[in-house]
Amino acid sequence: MLRYILKRLLIMIVTIWIIVTLTFVLMISIPGSPFNSERGTNENVQANLEAHYNLDKPYHIQYLLYLKSIATFDFGPSIKQPGQTVNDLLGRGFPVSLELGLVTIIVAVISGIILGILAALKHNGILDYAAMSFAVLGISIPNFVLATLLIQELAVNWQIFPPATWSSPAHMVLPVIALATGPMAIIARLTRSTMLEVLTQDYIKMARAKGLSPWKIVVKHALRNALMPVITIMGTLLASILTGTFVIEKIFAIPGMGKYFVESINQRDYPVIMGTTVFYSTFLIFMLFLVDIAYGILDPRIKINKKGGE
Amino acid sequence: MKIRIGTEASQSTDQVPDDWFNWKKKDKEEAESVARPSMSYWQDAWKRLIKNKLAMLGLIFLILLGFMAIFGPILSPYSVKIQDLPNQYQPPSSDHWFGTDSHGRDVFTRTWYGARISLFVGLMAALIDFTIGIVYGGISGYKGGRTDSILMRIIEILYGLPYLLVVILLLVVMGPSLTTIIVALTVTGWVGMARIVRGQVLQIKNYEFVLASKSFGTKTPRIIRKNLLPNTMGPIIVQLTLTVPSAIFAEAFLSFLGLGIQAPHASWGVMANDSLGAILSGNWWTLFFPAFFISFTMFAFNVLGDGLQDALDPKLRK
Repeated sequence: MLRYILKRLLIMIVTIWIIVTLTFVLMISIPGSPFNSERGTNENVQANLEAHYNLDKPYHIQYLLYLKSIATFDFGPSIKQPGQTVNDLLGRGFPVSLELGLVTIIVAVISGIILGILAALKHNGILDYAAMSFAVLGISIPNFVLATLLIQELAVNWQIFPPATWSSPAHMVLPVIALATGPMAIIARLTRSTMLEVLTQDYIKMARAKGLSPWKIVVKHALRNALMPVITIMGTLLASILTGTFVIEKIFAIPGMGKYFVESINQRDYPVIMGTTVFYSTFLIFMLFLVDIAYGILDPRIKINKKGGE
Repeated sequence: MKIRIGTEASQSTDQVPDDWFNWKKKDKEEAESVARPSMSYWQDAWKRLIKNKLAMLGLIFLILLGFMAIFGPILSPYSVKIQDLPNQYQPPSSDHWFGTDSHGRDVFTRTWYGARISLFVGLMAALIDFTIGIVYGGISGYKGGRTDSILMRIIEILYGLPYLLVVILLLVVMGPSLTTIIVALTVTGWVGMARIVRGQVLQIKNYEFVLASKSFGTKTPRIIRKNLLPNTMGPIIVQLTLTVPSAIFAEAFLSFLGLGIQAPHASWGVMANDSLGAILSGNWWTLFFPAFFISFTMFAFNVLGDGLQDALDPKLRK
């Protein structure tokens, strides 16, 4: 187990290093200096500015300084919003995005699993077809289309929920539905197919023969095994929810990190783009690492102690 | 034992009239013929795919879409780019079947033009993933040992990179254009394909027919081409049908962030993004048509992929 964790840890560090190096290479390959504005800056002022941000030093020194600042979680200043650092933006936006993301994951996982179980238990019944049609729709409709439809119908026409911003639980409903539908559909399909497979196993027949009620069989015996694939794709789902927040926050005007990120892309605010990418990538890679560890602990069939290759 | 049975049989023939039996001439063709028509793997898969109504619906939709993407903009009298401001936000009518957008451009024309771009991005991304994935995964699976473990470590690291974040990063620096979008999408996109090919090759390379081929002295590239790849095609095709919609989705997503195809060109993502505000003022058609076609294309590729997965699974072959 320890060997497995160490191996994953090593891979995680290399992946983060690649992302950091990639951002650095991209940053220095952008033509021009960040302080070249249209009005033209005084040469001395520009030289001083570049010295202040260490831009006058050779690339390898800059690279080491960059690694050092990343390691201390200092992502540098924003160019387009004077006086703001990337850390300020992250500090303000990330908690909101995290809240949106967490609620979305909880909603997606719980409703997806329930939908999948119901579909599997009523295999080839009306409920199964309904749940799976819903799931295919959920996978097919892009979240920005769904978000717009929700605003149009539930917020503007019916006025049930507020159309934008982020201040009360009622404000959360529409963005969370828009963001959670896709992942929920994927989880529902996955749970259904593994559940169908598990339900034909001998130990389930045994449990049925013992006279256990269907719900007890599902909860106590089948669910555990049916959930393993869901854990496997958690990493991918987290990534898609995270990138989904960019779009959803833009549409619903939620003051989260995604909104700042999209704004920084549109304004070509490079330090913010790079800093946010590094931050989000590190966050995601770390989450993937946790998912891998959880998988290793939960599934006894993975021989993680085996030496060498697969 | 055998002799006794034989004598009994010859005794019993005495009591049976000869005309019960007809002598048949030796007919080589008949002897060799098989009761059921012989079917190749592909014919069999096709037969099963045709029975899957949903998958056929998807396939037919995609063929029609491809046709309209090629000929739609030519058939329409309107231009994709030229603005006609007095005619902005015309509802669908006999002049403008899908209405016009905020710049008075015909949504019908732009939808098919967008289909061109979206399908082109999806197919190119799939093609490049396919090429790199097959070469990389093929080498990794076939060579095995040290080569395999090094190549797999690289894949493991690349797999951890957040796909869309890397794409955004690359696009910000390279500047958005059709080429850079495809490049950015394929930089890490081939990893999934390489994994699948490697797994398949690893499994198949130990089968007897590969050994037989090897013992005839067949060279490695030929073995990979003739023996391994045709037998790994099933999962690869399924993966391809899933790559295309995810690339189309990624393009729409990037256009939505302002990193996609630039104006005045149209893609479905660009059209949806442009019309976000318009829908609140009641001009639903500007969003509806691009959104409908994105969703239905994703749907078509997904059900076709599901159908192919069932059709190409050798275990289900009768």
